[in-house]
Amino acid sequence: MSKILFVDDEKAFLDTLIKRLEKRKINPRAVYSGEEALTFLAENTSTDVVVLDVKMPGMDGLETLSEIKKQFPLVEVIMLTGHATVESAIDGMKLGAFDYMMKPCDLDLLMEKLDKAVAKKQGHEEKIMEARLKEIAGQRV
Amino acid sequence: MEEPLADRKGFYQILTRKIRVLILVVSFVPMMLTAGILCYRFHQAYSEKVSAHISELVLKHTQNIDAFLLEKLGNIRYLARQFSESNPESAQTFLVLHLARLKEEYGDVFTDLGLVNTQGIQFAYEGPFRFENADYSRAKWFVRSMESPYYISDVFAGLRGHPHFILAVKVTCKKQDYILRATINFTAFNSLVENIQIGKTGAAYIVNTKGEFQTHARSGTSAHIAPAMVAKDVFSDNNTVVMKKADIQGNAYIYALSIFKNIDWRMVFRQDLDDAMRDLWRAEMLSLGIFVIGCIAILSVSFTLPRSIVKLIAAADKKNEAMNKQVVESGKLATIGELAAGIAHEINNPVAIMVEEAGWMGDLLEEPFDDTTFDEFNRAIEQIKTQGRRCKDITHKLLSFARKSDATVADIRINEVIQQIVSLTAQMARYNNVSIQTRLGPELPYIRVSPAELQQVVLNLVNNAIDAMGKEGGIINIDTCVNPEDSQYVLVEFSDNGPGIPSQNLARIFDPFFTTKAVGKGTGLGLSICYGIIRKMGGKIEVKSIVGQGTSFFIFLPIDTKNLSFGKKTQLEQLKNQGENNE
Repeated sequence: MSKILFVDDEKAFLDTLIKRLEKRKINPRAVYSGEEALTFLAENTSTDVVVLDVKMPGMDGLETLSEIKKQFPLVEVIMLTGHATVESAIDGMKLGAFDYMMKPCDLDLLMEKLDKAVAKKQGHEEKIMEARLKEIAGQRV
Repeated sequence: MEEPLADRKGFYQILTRKIRVLILVVSFVPMMLTAGILCYRFHQAYSEKVSAHISELVLKHTQNIDAFLLEKLGNIRYLARQFSESNPESAQTFLVLHLARLKEEYGDVFTDLGLVNTQGIQFAYEGPFRFENADYSRAKWFVRSMESPYYISDVFAGLRGHPHFILAVKVTCKKQDYILRATINFTAFNSLVENIQIGKTGAAYIVNTKGEFQTHARSGTSAHIAPAMVAKDVFSDNNTVVMKKADIQGNAYIYALSIFKNIDWRMVFRQDLDDAMRDLWRAEMLSLGIFVIGCIAILSVSFTLPRSIVKLIAAADKKNEAMNKQVVESGKLATIGELAAGIAHEINNPVAIMVEEAGWMGDLLEEPFDDTTFDEFNRAIEQIKTQGRRCKDITHKLLSFARKSDATVADIRINEVIQQIVSLTAQMARYNNVSIQTRLGPELPYIRVSPAELQQVVLNLVNNAIDAMGKEGGIINIDTCVNPEDSQYVLVEFSDNGPGIPSQNLARIFDPFFTTKAVGKGTGLGLSICYGIIRKMGGKIEVKSIVGQGTSFFIFLPIDTKNLSFGKKTQLEQLKNQGENNE
């Protein structure tokens, strides 16, 4: 089961969204700021995907994104933006976000993107595993 | 914007006057100096030229006449030598013979010849008159010629009754002294002088030391020249002298005098000064005419040119004014655009919550109901209501901003405007980690300005402060009070603890299009528009900034002294506000 983290300062929005996703047999976790997200990721290293709000007090989305990419390069990030200006989307993609979505978001689309992101992350991990295996095998030969 | 233009009328008048005076001074002074100097120099040079010309002419003729007299005297002296070697008894035949020869040689220059003995009796004579035995013992010429070897007399009438003069040479023949005298034909001599004429009035004549005429004077000249004028010392070392003198009637004349070598006469040339200087004066009149025309041209230019220049400037100013208006408008649009982006985001959040709640309710409907389903429904409906009210608040704030976006002036309370903007920007500030604190002075008097424009100023300054502080965030303090230094103004102070403005930028922040933001991020118009708006309100804006500590803007707005009735409206407005809040 994939592990997904939602980051948004709008608690009411996030809580409802989580409830709806839980009903769809996805069990995401939620935090309400960028700082909390980094702490969470440090504690739960098996997290696959982060869904990140762009506009937040304190550390904003782009800052949090670049920090995540620095500390946890394998974690895929989907940006969630309240005002989807092309600029912040481009900025996010430049920093290595997997995709971006606009609020209010269509739940089916979100789930589709989550699946793809998880698949991408797992693909990465598999390749790393293969590489490691080859390395070990090579050493033996 | 019409008032400043009206103020400029005086400015334009002063400008017109300044340009006019400048044109007049710059063109008149050099022109007068040049004209004056040139006229003076030209006058001098021409006068010198005229004098030189006249004196040259007179000198030449004097030399001619000198030569003529010398030649004639030589003739007579030659005759005298001839006579001294002949017989006194044959004197008459001698005279007849030689007069005929002289006439043959020189024409009608010699009128007659005579021989006078020491007693003054002319014992021999040849000529057209009957002067044999004439007694000259008392004649002045006779007395003088007895004293010197030869003598040339002044012109006199003598026995014959019309003017002539005599050449007399003393001669000794057979131990007896005689005087050989010859009369020079006055007409012939006179013609030598009469030929000298310049212009209409210039004429020459010869006078003796007493100033008496020795030749015919032209009509209109007096028959006498003051002896002092022809005294010997007048001629110091030159042979000619040129002078200007006026006669008793006040007519000015130019005189050229020259002295003879062989006789104590003077050649006098006299011309009306007007006549002599006619060419000069013609030239001077011409240049004076040109000068006057030039002056008139300059005057007319100095009156028309500044007026048209100032008209052009006024037109340019008007255009500029219109441009400024447009810039203000576009700046307003930019501010509102910025605000709209923030508002859109703010509305998006509650809308997203409502959509999620509705989605959640839809999810619940798909499953069988239990006790918790109703509670969830109630909670969701309450959440939708809350979020809907949040949207309404935002749109109302926005409407109150948009409603008054015209330049009509009203009595407003500055604190209300500030609170409005603070509530509008609070969310944006929160996202940028900025907190806005207000310390609004109580009981501030009304100020009479355009509310929309004041909103724009406050919004601009708050936006600027938020932008300036960047990601780190900070605190914005907005204080209002009656200016403690001058109670005619309300003071609004915006302070932030952002990075501050470097001093090289501080002087330029009010310039239009000055921005330190990246291309496309800012128009550079915000502060220049604020400046324009506040100046138009009759207030002023000042800025203080310390790099690393923060920036403060001070806005001074004039208090509406005509309408100091603060407090009256308060109750009414409180009621109104309460009504709105209860909705």
